[in-house]
Amino acid sequence: MAGSAQVLYSVKGVKKYYPVKGGILRRIKNHVKAVDGISVDILKGETLGVVGESGCGKSTLGRTILGLEQLTEGNLVYNGTNISGYSKKELKPFKKEMQMIFQDPYASLNPKQTVGEALEEVFIIHTNLSGKERRENAIRLLKEVGLTEEHFDRYPHEFSGGQRQRIGIARAIAINPSFIVCDEPVSALDVSVQAQVIKLLQDLQKKHELTYLFVSHDLGVVRHLCNRVLVMYLGQMVELAPVDRLYENPVHPYTEALLSSIPRPVVGAKRDRIRLQGDLPSPANPPTGCPFHTRCPIAKDHCAAERPEWREIEEGHYIACHER
Amino acid sequence: MSESILSVNSMVTAFKTKDGLLPAVRGASFSVKKGETLCIVGESGCGKSITALSIMGLLPSNGKVTEGSITFENKNLLSLKQEELRKLRGNDISMIFQEPMTALNPVFTVGYQIREPLMIHQKLSKKEAHQKGIELLKRVGIPAPASRMNQYPHELSGGMRQRVMIAIALSCNPKLLVADEPTTALDVTIQAQIIDLLNDLKRDFNMSLIMITHDMGVVAEIADRVIVMYAGEIIENGTVSEIFNNPQHPYTRGLLSSVPNVDDPDFHLNPIAGTLPLLSEKISGCRFHPRCPHAMEKCRSVSPDAFQAAPTHSARCWLMEDEEVRQHGGQRASTV
Repeated sequence: MAGSAQVLYSVKGVKKYYPVKGGILRRIKNHVKAVDGISVDILKGETLGVVGESGCGKSTLGRTILGLEQLTEGNLVYNGTNISGYSKKELKPFKKEMQMIFQDPYASLNPKQTVGEALEEVFIIHTNLSGKERRENAIRLLKEVGLTEEHFDRYPHEFSGGQRQRIGIARAIAINPSFIVCDEPVSALDVSVQAQVIKLLQDLQKKHELTYLFVSHDLGVVRHLCNRVLVMYLGQMVELAPVDRLYENPVHPYTEALLSSIPRPVVGAKRDRIRLQGDLPSPANPPTGCPFHTRCPIAKDHCAAERPEWREIEEGHYIACHER
Repeated sequence: MSESILSVNSMVTAFKTKDGLLPAVRGASFSVKKGETLCIVGESGCGKSITALSIMGLLPSNGKVTEGSITFENKNLLSLKQEELRKLRGNDISMIFQEPMTALNPVFTVGYQIREPLMIHQKLSKKEAHQKGIELLKRVGIPAPASRMNQYPHELSGGMRQRVMIAIALSCNPKLLVADEPTTALDVTIQAQIIDLLNDLKRDFNMSLIMITHDMGVVAEIADRVIVMYAGEIIENGTVSEIFNNPQHPYTRGLLSSVPNVDDPDFHLNPIAGTLPLLSEKISGCRFHPRCPHAMEKCRSVSPDAFQAAPTHSARCWLMEDEEVRQHGGQRASTV
């Protein structure tokens, strides 16, 4: 980070609800509150981790702030411009700035398109480069992500998972974006390959001064890669803190439980694990008050009644909890 | 020391493919003692799941154990007829799978599926089996077990489904449970619950457990002994503390330093270069040598034997040759 904490992308009270239709008239019966009021400033050059269990809305958050999902409510301010109401056409110059890396690179690449074509497509849409320049640029990108010129004319199925993810990354950085949402980019990879891709992401960030929003459920990877971490539960913010502070001194009972649940690759390290009872409630029918109160070991009566407010307990460390 | 309940001897499992007969497991030998948990670790395609399926006799139709033996309580599983194997499976050996949604039958209730093995193997009446089923669901920590018996798999969450799978697997008090990545599809808080449950059950039922996983954290929590597989071969075999505290094979070391440590802010990620070889790839010498930072001339041509680092700890790597000679020399000197 370049010393000054300049805000690149300000996410303000973002909500994303999906309607649940039912009955013979297909009326809207209910809403799945996938993202329910997220406000966070993403700083220039940082890697902001978003963690939580499946169904907590972390991926939807990433897609929503890239404009891939329509906002239900809230504001998105990119580099000082409020882009929340923008049409597709108005968004185009901003999309050049923001890219995404997906979890499953095989699903995000067109099987009928060679890798070279897939990379050139980005230049056709966003630039006026000639065919020769496009090819040169595509080859430069392949080399940058650790592939070679020979890979240009191959199809996605000829690559291993790790190589495919490298292609996904090459596509994302093709037009020099400043902001990339990485949605579980290494979860589908084997550990030895996962470590290589993490390294690549770090190198690229340094070289191109990228800002990452890193969505993951792997708390080990997040600790290694991120500067700050946002913990989500059922679409809501639970805790936000600088990475070391969060891992060494988690304050919210959910963060505590989450961290204590991770199996450590250390033998004989018997820990007091906080056993959470029960399962994640459905986001279509979230608990009242604090979303976590049904599983919380320290919940009191008022936790079920009132939603806790988001407050700063120390500089840069925020939580939403009545009891801590 | 109690004796081994299962022993696998230089087992080769091969698949008929359009590229010819390809071995997915190349001469695996290991044993499991009574009450012991053996973890098989490795990355995708290393043959760990195929090893489990070979033991269960559940290989796909184009796969076959072509060499070696699998002995379970003095019975050679490979010479048993399908019908005899079926009696053994579910009764003495059970298996749980990674994705409980695909392993459970979506059109039958939980109750039906849990009664089935009890009625077949233990010859219980439907009523008795129902009662036993409720007890089992209770034992694996499912709330309101009686009403769950009438529910279908899709009505349960992922963690609950895995508990149902475990209840079914345990229904006939198996002596050996084979678990293929049972927690991989689950969230961490649910994964922790399932690991605790497996540890409890293992103690209560005094059963042996073969756990297949790629997660080194899970291994450290549950294993007594660990075997590490790479490209179809067992490359290291030892107790859990030997593997984690004194790994011998460069691949095991690489695997351990590829997992970012949650507790260490300054953890240095040290990935293994290269990619996993394909099943059809011909590799001379040590199968790991193209990716190995210490590969020597010998590694490229001759496949290494298993060298002993300790009585319970062995690894297939030429780097250990000198060391073993030294140790053996030392040991012999002291006995003389």
